[in-house]
Amino acid sequence: MNTRSALTAMTIMALTTTASFAQDVPAAVEARQGQFKLMALNVGVLGNMARGNTAYDANQATAAAANLVAVSMLDQSFHWPEGTDEMSIEGTRALPAIWENTADFGMKWQAFGAAATGLAAEAGNGLDAMRAALGPVGGTCGACHDAYRAPQ
Amino acid sequence: MRPLPRARMRVLFASFAVIGGIVLGGAWLATAPGTVAQADLAGLTGDPVAGEIVFWAAGCASCHAASGAQGAARLILEGGQRFATDFGTFVAPNISMHPAHGIGRWTQVEFITALQHGTRPDGRHYYPAFPYAAYRLAEAQDLVDLWAFWQGLPSSDTPSQPHEIGLPFSIRRSVGLWNVLNLHDDFALTGDLTVQQARGRYLAEALAHCGECHTPRDALGGLDRSRWMAGAPNPSGSGVIPALTPDRLRWSEAEIAAYLNDGFTPDFDSAGGHMVAVIANMAMLTEADRLAIAAYLKALPPAGD
Repeated sequence: MNTRSALTAMTIMALTTTASFAQDVPAAVEARQGQFKLMALNVGVLGNMARGNTAYDANQATAAAANLVAVSMLDQSFHWPEGTDEMSIEGTRALPAIWENTADFGMKWQAFGAAATGLAAEAGNGLDAMRAALGPVGGTCGACHDAYRAPQ
Repeated sequence: MRPLPRARMRVLFASFAVIGGIVLGGAWLATAPGTVAQADLAGLTGDPVAGEIVFWAAGCASCHAASGAQGAARLILEGGQRFATDFGTFVAPNISMHPAHGIGRWTQVEFITALQHGTRPDGRHYYPAFPYAAYRLAEAQDLVDLWAFWQGLPSSDTPSQPHEIGLPFSIRRSVGLWNVLNLHDDFALTGDLTVQQARGRYLAEALAHCGECHTPRDALGGLDRSRWMAGAPNPSGSGVIPALTPDRLRWSEAEIAAYLNDGFTPDFDSAGGHMVAVIANMAMLTEADRLAIAAYLKALPPAGD
């Protein structure tokens, strides 16, 4: 093989490798990861106030809590297709147990919604009230991650 | 070579038999389960209030409470959580105060023998899924306090389930060999430490046993102290347990302490897996103790590549 054909082969290999990486993650996985990023951003607004990293602001706290309620109301029917667990594909930490316990998984998502609604009712009522209502939201994140998300 | 006279042969065989016997006997003795003597605990009085801090720091509930237990249910140490490993599946036993199904009839010295030597009241070995290699480094006073706290814990009549392990690990005596190789009487992080770093080391290494998941293991399942807290495959499931060394865990000490309290990473992802239960324990400690753990992690040698 001369230098040129070797270079061509390497280029093709590099291109196909890149392409296969790019198409790895199904749209449903990207969508559900997107909703978790929305949750993290809005929990962060509240969490930074709770930790004392930023000053408490009733309007911002209320807006962030309302966003969490909005995410919790997204119908999850299309975000969790079969075969998108971490054993089947790259790019996700969703454990197969989700699809073995769909009822429990659904209940844990609803628990997040209930806690977010509780937070929205308290977020504008002062730092202590917001902090007390944020704890249960974190608890619902943890309860689901404990059962249904693999470590890194 | 000229054949040995019969008499010398006999002496030679006898010496081999004696040496072999000594080696085997030595191995048998070396693998014997250790115990704590009552005299070692003389003069120590248990304080249940101090014992509660030890209870949360040592993470008893995260393995022995029912799977997914929250709030007060974490004090019911009924067992039943399953830990699948390369050596078989271990099932956490009932260690509630129930006299028949739990450890309600144990004495203080039996309790501390279990924690520091991995030896059961009947004199046999526990499996090192139970982190006695960490608790071995704990102060006797703390364990006496822990036992005092234990007396007030609820009872559960849920029977313990047997472990699911095959040969040779089902021979409990083989654990004695593991103990010879893996029990240490010194901390993994050595050198001069500040008071705060030393407190963090005590909490992380002797009580919270962070290294059980965050340190990689050798072929026999012993923690590799040369790669302490350098991250490891998940011992009971898929994924990777992250490294905690300062070159890998770049969070500030305040961020680490906050994570151990509210369960959120600096970018407000939430903790997952077994770490959820660990954070529920760490949240029961003082902020000073969480900051001490963070200071200890920053004092670890880098994991490197």
